[in-house]
Amino acid sequence: MPKRKAINKVLVIGSGPIVIGQAAEFDYAGTQACLALKEEGIEVVLVNNNPATIMTDDGVADRVYMEPLDVGTLEKIIAKEQPDGLIGSLGGQTGLNLTVELSDQGILDHYHVELLGTSVSSIKNGEDRELFRQLMIDIQEPIAESKIIQSVEEGLSFVEEIGFPVILRPAYTLGGEGGGFAYSKEEFVDLLKQGLSLSPIQQVLVEKSIKGWKEIEYEVMRDENDTCVIVCNMENMDPVGVHTGDSIVVAPSQTLSDVQYQMLRTASLKVIRALDVVGGCNIQFALHPTSNEYIIIEVNPRVSRSSALASKATGYPIARIAAKCAIGYTLDEILNPITGNTYASFEPALDYIVVKLPRFPFDKFTEADRSLGTQMKATGEVMAIDRSFEGALHKAIRSLELNLYSLHFPGMKQKNTQELLDLVEIPNDLRLFAISEAFKRKIPIEIIMELTKIDYWFLQKIKRIIDGEQALASYQLSTIPLDVLKRAKQLNMSDHRIAELLGTTSKDLRNKYKAYGMQPVYKLVDTCAGEFDAVTPYYYSTWHGHDEVLTNTNQKKILVLGSGPIRIGQGVEFDYCSVHATLALKKIGYEAVVMNNNPETVSTDYSVADRLYFEPLALEDVLAVIEKEHVAGVLIQFGGQTAINLANELKEEGVHIFGTLPEHIDQMEDREQFYNFLNALNIPHIAGHIVHELDELPSLVHELGFPVLIRPSYVIGGQSMFICYNEKELYHYITRIQQDTNDRCWPLLIDQYLPGLECEVDVVSDGNEVVIPGIVEHVEKAGIHSGDSMSVFPPVTLSDETKEAIVEIVQKISRNLPVVGMMNIQFVIHHDTIYVLEVNPRSSRTVPIMSKVTGVPMVEWAVRAQLGTPLKAITDEVNLMKEPGYYTIKAPVFSASKLKGVDHVLGPEMKSTGEIIGIGYDKQEALKKTTIRTHHLEEITNPIRLFVSISDRLKQESLPIIRELSARGAIITATEGTAKFIEENGMVTERIVKSKKDILNHWQDNPPHIVLNIPNQGREKEKIGFFIRELAVRFQVPYFTSLETLRALVDGLNQILQGEEILSLQEYLSRNSKSEQVTTK
Amino acid sequence: MTKGYLVLETGEEFVGDWIGAEQEVSGEVVFNTSMTGYQEMMTDPSYAGQLLTFCYPMIGNYGMNTSDDESQGLAVSAVIVSDVCGEPSHYQAITSFSERLKAASIPGLMNVDTRALVGVIRKNKTVNGKILLEKQKNAHELNWEAPDWLAVINQVSVKEPRTYGIGQYHIVLVDYGYKKSILEEVLTLDCKVTVVPFDTSFEKIKELEPDGILLSNGPGDPMALSHYFTEIKRISETYPTLGICLGHQLLALAYGGKTKKMAYGHRGGNHPVKDMQTGKVWITSQNHGYVVEEASISKQNFNIWFQNVNDHSLEGIKHRQLPVQSVQFHPEAHPGPSDTAYIFREFIQQVVANEEKGAQIYAEA
Repeated sequence: MPKRKAINKVLVIGSGPIVIGQAAEFDYAGTQACLALKEEGIEVVLVNNNPATIMTDDGVADRVYMEPLDVGTLEKIIAKEQPDGLIGSLGGQTGLNLTVELSDQGILDHYHVELLGTSVSSIKNGEDRELFRQLMIDIQEPIAESKIIQSVEEGLSFVEEIGFPVILRPAYTLGGEGGGFAYSKEEFVDLLKQGLSLSPIQQVLVEKSIKGWKEIEYEVMRDENDTCVIVCNMENMDPVGVHTGDSIVVAPSQTLSDVQYQMLRTASLKVIRALDVVGGCNIQFALHPTSNEYIIIEVNPRVSRSSALASKATGYPIARIAAKCAIGYTLDEILNPITGNTYASFEPALDYIVVKLPRFPFDKFTEADRSLGTQMKATGEVMAIDRSFEGALHKAIRSLELNLYSLHFPGMKQKNTQELLDLVEIPNDLRLFAISEAFKRKIPIEIIMELTKIDYWFLQKIKRIIDGEQALASYQLSTIPLDVLKRAKQLNMSDHRIAELLGTTSKDLRNKYKAYGMQPVYKLVDTCAGEFDAVTPYYYSTWHGHDEVLTNTNQKKILVLGSGPIRIGQGVEFDYCSVHATLALKKIGYEAVVMNNNPETVSTDYSVADRLYFEPLALEDVLAVIEKEHVAGVLIQFGGQTAINLANELKEEGVHIFGTLPEHIDQMEDREQFYNFLNALNIPHIAGHIVHELDELPSLVHELGFPVLIRPSYVIGGQSMFICYNEKELYHYITRIQQDTNDRCWPLLIDQYLPGLECEVDVVSDGNEVVIPGIVEHVEKAGIHSGDSMSVFPPVTLSDETKEAIVEIVQKISRNLPVVGMMNIQFVIHHDTIYVLEVNPRSSRTVPIMSKVTGVPMVEWAVRAQLGTPLKAITDEVNLMKEPGYYTIKAPVFSASKLKGVDHVLGPEMKSTGEIIGIGYDKQEALKKTTIRTHHLEEITNPIRLFVSISDRLKQESLPIIRELSARGAIITATEGTAKFIEENGMVTERIVKSKKDILNHWQDNPPHIVLNIPNQGREKEKIGFFIRELAVRFQVPYFTSLETLRALVDGLNQILQGEEILSLQEYLSRNSKSEQVTTK
Repeated sequence: MTKGYLVLETGEEFVGDWIGAEQEVSGEVVFNTSMTGYQEMMTDPSYAGQLLTFCYPMIGNYGMNTSDDESQGLAVSAVIVSDVCGEPSHYQAITSFSERLKAASIPGLMNVDTRALVGVIRKNKTVNGKILLEKQKNAHELNWEAPDWLAVINQVSVKEPRTYGIGQYHIVLVDYGYKKSILEEVLTLDCKVTVVPFDTSFEKIKELEPDGILLSNGPGDPMALSHYFTEIKRISETYPTLGICLGHQLLALAYGGKTKKMAYGHRGGNHPVKDMQTGKVWITSQNHGYVVEEASISKQNFNIWFQNVNDHSLEGIKHRQLPVQSVQFHPEAHPGPSDTAYIFREFIQQVVANEEKGAQIYAEA
């Protein structure tokens, strides 16, 4: 059936901020879908308040509303825009839940909005456990013995019936949040209580555990005409028990016979038909390891993380095709864009294997509970493609950017046998490396199998890699035979590891390859295993066989390095920058070659780059592509720290780096050089020292004076960074960091800490002129990582003189380095002095926000500048641009409830996973659209129940806000010291809590509305503050660890607004006066 | 490992390592894109005389079992693979891929860049090849004679009729190299099945008093069986008939249709076919190098039943009056999807209806 005629305008709901369980994959899906709708001539209205996304770009949707994702706001947008249709299956669980609510509240009917694609009843059938269970019983598909539980008593009587172990899955939660296994009554009750409170519908599915079975997923598509296809199946190496988002996953399945593959395929089709899904659907199975018995675990009637992975693994663009299906196309009418001459109604055939590895935040959160279960903990993932499992696994490990180049994990060797076997048995992020170490210690594969329940096939492959490594170790570079070396590279062992085993350097090894005539070859991802000619330039490397990728000798060809997996500190914003750099190159007339390994992102959509290499971003892989493509040079400023870290090594290999020179990048990154540079320019910076050993410390600290900011020199993104207020804290820190790093923490960087006002700028520079779209002011004082601070643009407290002074500093730095392309500078203003905190010689987290709210195509201009166009030739607007009439507030979003053991206290180390923005002509209005709304602060009914616990250091400073809240009638509960202080100051505390148990008891009856908790330092699990914060996460109570954040929110709450104005980004920009509208020459 | 050389008629050469029997072999080099089902493919008699290339680069992962053979033994002339799994993992596995090859004295070549080989086949269409022990300089000087398909079919077909099952309806399966799954599929539908040699005459079949006829799949060029077209037509005019793959081609030819060699065939488990009556698309398992030309089908006698979504080639025909039909794909699956298994059920329903009507349809026709 051709496209429906009546659909001219469609509303798309995005997934909002990045949180664990809901990440960049929905930017990819949403972007694809919006573009697929637009090319049908449909007007697309998009709602998403995540500013770091491509989907919220001007060119992707016709109208972009960066407004809160709640039903009230959506209704206003629907009333205003009057869309004909709505697609809700592209915005993850958030989008799906909102769609159901819009339908249930009659809003869709009222405004005559047709829900396109999967219907609400289908969504409910897939999502509501009881409905789903009944449906499966009706179609005779097996599910685990289970029951929907709504109370603890009901749960207890059910487990008495079915016995332990059981698995708990709360309904409608993100990433399996709040789920888990229970082996005993005690564990069961704890988990059930948590699950019931986390589920918005207070339902928890309690299921007989099938832990240890194989976990298999199918990605299915279906159209209105009932044609169904499997896009891809996937097998989790980790058996049932570990969330699929945290599992090592391969595609296609490796250990299933055709009979089993088809059995589950048939079941998948039965399920998608029974659910009446139109579009994409993900089905998860558990398959018994020694029989053909299977069970359907769950169904997601929407695009998902797995569908993004399946799209990248096969080349079949699920979201795009789901969007086409939603507007009435059938699969056999939609062209397969990869081949250009076959249709979407087929099943991709792979002639390679894909390995996905999750990226965990435990390198940052060393104190976190690293065990893996049904609650997802990974922030991102990498995908690698090769013709063998070993090869793809090796490539995936390199892609993780954990400074790992093989299955060899430093420190694993030091574990005693019991420690090692614990790591093998209890699923955790290091299990793969622990298994490898076990093989090195000749622990039999049968024992590993017994402990892990991982299929023999996978273990055998891991063992094969270890055996391969051990074979290499008996050679040196001069003695290694060609076939042994070839074999190692066929397993895609890294140069780094081979060099280590042979006792040589990667560079000498590369020379050896040259001498032997060895090099990687490139193959196509074509959806059809070579059956048809493919037109899409989507490539991967392998070390065996023939190179089938033809390259032209176009001189105007440039490589863009992507940003790898999403992790805390390097999120989707860098994908935004990479994509825009790519688009800019294409626009200017260059051929854009892109390398990246993150399957969730837009940059790895084969339609973005001219040529896409799905590869690790390790030096060897990057050099190989550079050699293959003969690029004129590399753009490294857009892929976050990933690409910047390669600058020097690339330069040493004679690769041209566009823009700021690598030696100048060093000048900004190396503390000593940086301070020298600033000193030479008379730019104030924070006093600081490099401390090489413990003995130096006392005198250097004395010189600076407390408080000091301290961190190991090698870290990025504020990792292991602390503020110490006194000697005791300092030595405590040092003891711990020495333990954590096995004494590899030296030298330490130590800086004076100034609690001033923090602000930052993103700058485009050509080395002479600069463009500064705006100055962003932080709400919290310096000392809180810029990624975790709330910020406001335009700034609200900076004087014109200060702004001018900032521009002057920017100009000085740009011209004297010089900076060509992009940079981000962070300032702290303390006692009227503007200090430069740091310069990041690259695009930053705030670039997408500033680009969107000012309309300045920052990345495009930066690329042009890097390629030699003076800024004056691009724009008339140099230096600081005129401020817009509206305010933008950025607020961080944390995934605290997913990461047990992590202290989400604001500090110099970044912890947020995502961000949202609110825009309004009034600052308070913008504020209300962010944290006030997400925490439902407006809905708190008086009197406010306030819980307070404040360190001595800030007691005095906290007085005004407590006084204010008290005056508003807040009922205050406080910890002992704080209560004493409050009462001394003439206020009343309703209750004083003295112990952890006391707090818990009190909260169980009277959970507070707001927690104000200012710790000394944080991250110490034994302290009561840590307990309070974890409890707040569990009780879902908003808590504040910075006075400034709470101050801003209370100010926001105090102001009564004359209703909110809901405007699209396009409207905001066009309301700027003509002279303020940005044009590119 | 011993080096082996795959030499193609078109001049290309691929080096690999011998697995299975180290004996030289020759035949058409074909490829299958399925990611699973190597055991079913290797034992499918339709591959007789061919050198089968697996597109999927890791073969043998789940070993070989006792239940998934599609015939009495390995039917392929040779296999060409990238990586072979020496230590399979599956609860049903009794031996490994290469052990099985060795035991059956079938040669194979591993560590071949099979994707590159597929590219050569795609470019050159039909490609003959030899797996040799020695490097060859001039491929065109080798002997490249076409296979005698009649002899191949003769070799794979049963020699004597054999009956299976005790069901109510009697189906005669004419064996051109049938897959066991066809037999099993029919046996589940309350049928008794007699498998007969491919050259069984109409009279002989009549003596068996069948309720329906199944023309099986099989290897090679259907024109090699031109001698039997008249008999096939008579059989189908008398009994409800379903043709599968080669059986489909034979049926079309028997009614005056024409077949041709395809560029490089359809072999895989992901081919979309469209039911031209309902517009529904099914994913099918396929394995054929020849195809019936749609234009050659008499529209008076037949409706176009199925068409391939990708290249629009003919995938099935249905007689306008008689309960006679055929499909180019494999509704019995194994390997591949069983979306179209309903074709067997519908066929047996025809058989039942015909029975109840007392073969009236044929009396009138």
